[in-house]
Amino acid sequence: MLAATAVAVAGLLLLPGTALAGFITPKSGAPPANQIASLYKIILYIAAVVFVIVEGALVYSVYKFRAKKNRVAAQIHGNTRLEIGWTVAAALILVVLTVVTFVKLPGIIDPPNSTAPSHFLSAAVTEPTPPNGKKLTICVQGRQYIWRYTYGNGCLNGSFALKLPYSYQELYVPANTTVVLAIQSTDVIHSWWVPSLGGKVDAVPGYTTYAWFKAPKANVLYHGQCAQLCGRQHAFMTALVKVLTPAQYQAWLAGQQRQIQAANAQVTQLRAYLLSTGNL
Amino acid sequence: MSAVTEPAERPRPVSSAEALRAIPQIIAHEVTKPRTTKRWVDWVTTTDHKKIGIMYLVATFVFFMLGGVEALLMRLQLSQPGNTLLSGERYNQLLTLHGTTMIFLFVVPVMAGFGNYFVPLMIGARDMAFPRLNALSFWLLVTGGIVFYCTLFFNPPEAGWWSYPPLSSIQFSPSGGQDAWIFLIHLTGISSLLGAINFYATIVNMRAPGMSWGRIPLFIWGILVYAILLIIALPVVAAAVTMLLTDRHFGTHFFDPTAHGSPVLWQHLFWFFGHPEVYIMILPGFGIISEVVPVFSRKPVFGYKAIAASTAVIAFLATLVWAHHMFASPVPIVVLGFFMLSSFLIGVPTGVKIFNWIATLWRGSIQTTASLYFAVGFIAIFIVGGITGIFLAVFPVDWQLNDTYFVVAHFHYVLMGGSVFSIFAGIYYWFPKITGRMLNEGLGKASFWLMFIGFNLTFFVQHALGLSGMPRRIYTYQPGLGWDTYNLISTIGSFILALGILMTIVNIAVNYKRGRVAGPDPWKGNTLEWFVPSPPPVNNFDVIPRVRSVEPMRDIRRQIERETGVTQKTGGSEQFAKAGS
Repeated sequence: MLAATAVAVAGLLLLPGTALAGFITPKSGAPPANQIASLYKIILYIAAVVFVIVEGALVYSVYKFRAKKNRVAAQIHGNTRLEIGWTVAAALILVVLTVVTFVKLPGIIDPPNSTAPSHFLSAAVTEPTPPNGKKLTICVQGRQYIWRYTYGNGCLNGSFALKLPYSYQELYVPANTTVVLAIQSTDVIHSWWVPSLGGKVDAVPGYTTYAWFKAPKANVLYHGQCAQLCGRQHAFMTALVKVLTPAQYQAWLAGQQRQIQAANAQVTQLRAYLLSTGNL
Repeated sequence: MSAVTEPAERPRPVSSAEALRAIPQIIAHEVTKPRTTKRWVDWVTTTDHKKIGIMYLVATFVFFMLGGVEALLMRLQLSQPGNTLLSGERYNQLLTLHGTTMIFLFVVPVMAGFGNYFVPLMIGARDMAFPRLNALSFWLLVTGGIVFYCTLFFNPPEAGWWSYPPLSSIQFSPSGGQDAWIFLIHLTGISSLLGAINFYATIVNMRAPGMSWGRIPLFIWGILVYAILLIIALPVVAAAVTMLLTDRHFGTHFFDPTAHGSPVLWQHLFWFFGHPEVYIMILPGFGIISEVVPVFSRKPVFGYKAIAASTAVIAFLATLVWAHHMFASPVPIVVLGFFMLSSFLIGVPTGVKIFNWIATLWRGSIQTTASLYFAVGFIAIFIVGGITGIFLAVFPVDWQLNDTYFVVAHFHYVLMGGSVFSIFAGIYYWFPKITGRMLNEGLGKASFWLMFIGFNLTFFVQHALGLSGMPRRIYTYQPGLGWDTYNLISTIGSFILALGILMTIVNIAVNYKRGRVAGPDPWKGNTLEWFVPSPPPVNNFDVIPRVRSVEPMRDIRRQIERETGVTQKTGGSEQFAKAGS
């Protein structure tokens, strides 16, 4: 009976690891998601070894030492050397993981220089910044239940931001450019997350948080969504990141600016008309 | 449950025992008559730790089933993309009810149930230190549960069991459900706090003669540290929910970002409670495993001191890891680094426990009972939960995994696969003591296999779901994101798991009156609860034996063997006759 137990335990726990290759690592596609995925893989390899050894020892001992006629249990109370040994071994593994994490950390939190020549890049000191200081800042604002993006330097400055182009849900970014997101929320806590582009950053009202990414290729669409429960329609708070070439991005930005201005002008006209006719 | 009357057999003749009493004592069941013949009155007014323990176990299992049904409803909703079984509102209510129920109304109090029944028996006491306080603890828990579930008829809370403001503020959660949630936290909190003080006082003051700190059973170590952690953690959450209450109704702005309050303050306060809470839920489970594994291996536990010490170390570290729940919040990197390291550290004593359990099985003569199945299943599952915990402790990796189904998988591996499997090991182990009847072993093993397979089907694929980008707490999703198959597997698994749990409930329902008579010590246990008849008499012990080791019942069996020459068989291995001491 326990033989079957052993085999079933081993089979059940080991099977998904091999059968689901490709889904045993997080999504990646652009820095820093790639760096996070590579750190994850190192942990995964160590974890797999630990898993096999410990589960193996468990299954083996349950199978091997099940009660039989004439089997007498060895009356062992402990073994100090062995116990110190495995305590130190466990601690050593964690020391290795700590070292690996801190070696990999700069690649995850420090943005690299942009490789695309672009004149929409700007410099700032308070946000995460590439070594040469050139980056594209976009402000992300979480609202129940949509993301709003304001494009251009100074988007954190409220009155100035009013004049900048913006979009909802779909974020447009140029390829090969270090994009820094300044993330805020106007109501409850949201969490910005596009798995292929990097980790989560919470949008907490009263705080500004930052994320960065550098999408390598144009004409790619990345899918993400809010990761912190923000209310009844949390499931529909999605984010789409559309990567354009720097030139396309410039054109899109200008076009968006034009459309917004045109729409605003129309509203102003309509408002003036309604006021003059006494309907407002 | 059958009422306790005259015990079927006594381990010692009473007459000679009475002469041995150190101080004059009145033995309850010799002199008192029951005050009432109505049994329900007896249950409501009882201060007997065993009856209170049984009521704890029954009440918490009712809540367990309610929480389980809520989980199944959510799994049904997620079984296919775009499902319309539940609305976003209903789904958020269910996830709040499920989390709150399982944590505050099931896992924490079920451990208090086991503790209530077995702490006095295992340490050789006749009751808890404060029996009436004990009854108050239980009735506060029930009141809290009823208040909370009354919201089903109005507006259940929908901000989650973690209730982050501003979502839980009056502006975004105007319904009274959120206030009922606060009320539940207060009532169950006071209940647990009183219970914890009671456990602490009992264990410190009322141990049998000879039971020094190096001889108390490992389950008692688990309950002692559980009590200490509750006393450390609960006042913090009580303060936090009071601040939330005054924010909601009395014009304060602790968590209101528009008036210089901070939502992050809530996160710190809540998780300073919330992470010790995780160990509050698992340490008594570790204690159960540390009792069950040596008994069925027919071996002393391997490294008693290391297991006891690791329990204390885990408790200490548990108060230093809270911000690993906040790796995506606005927290400086240096703080993240500290909490990564402290979370790593807690892996060491946890690993030590697992190694010690495996070493206890090693070279044993393992009795494959249903209880041992659950204990080994617990270890197998907990290893996975422990390993995935290391992934989550590495904060850059957590930025990808946090708030996804990977986390859901991780904490169900430690809480559902961990705590619940240890609770089931405890049920199969102690049911004969509580009722005097045996559970059906075959049904128990079938229940284990369904639960084990169902559990792994449900939760293993959730790791993959999280890695492929599915966040937690979404009530629906679009097709074509690579999540459909995993979700379907997970839902199928959850129903297999539920079926397995149902089989144990049937096992209990059928056998608590009709099962085979157990006798005082069906498993050849190590600890003092097996010294008394099953079920134990009201006063537990007429004579409290002197304790000479961590396994007093083995000492007693060995003594009987020596004095009578009759081999005390311990289920197939005549260990004492052959192996000596």
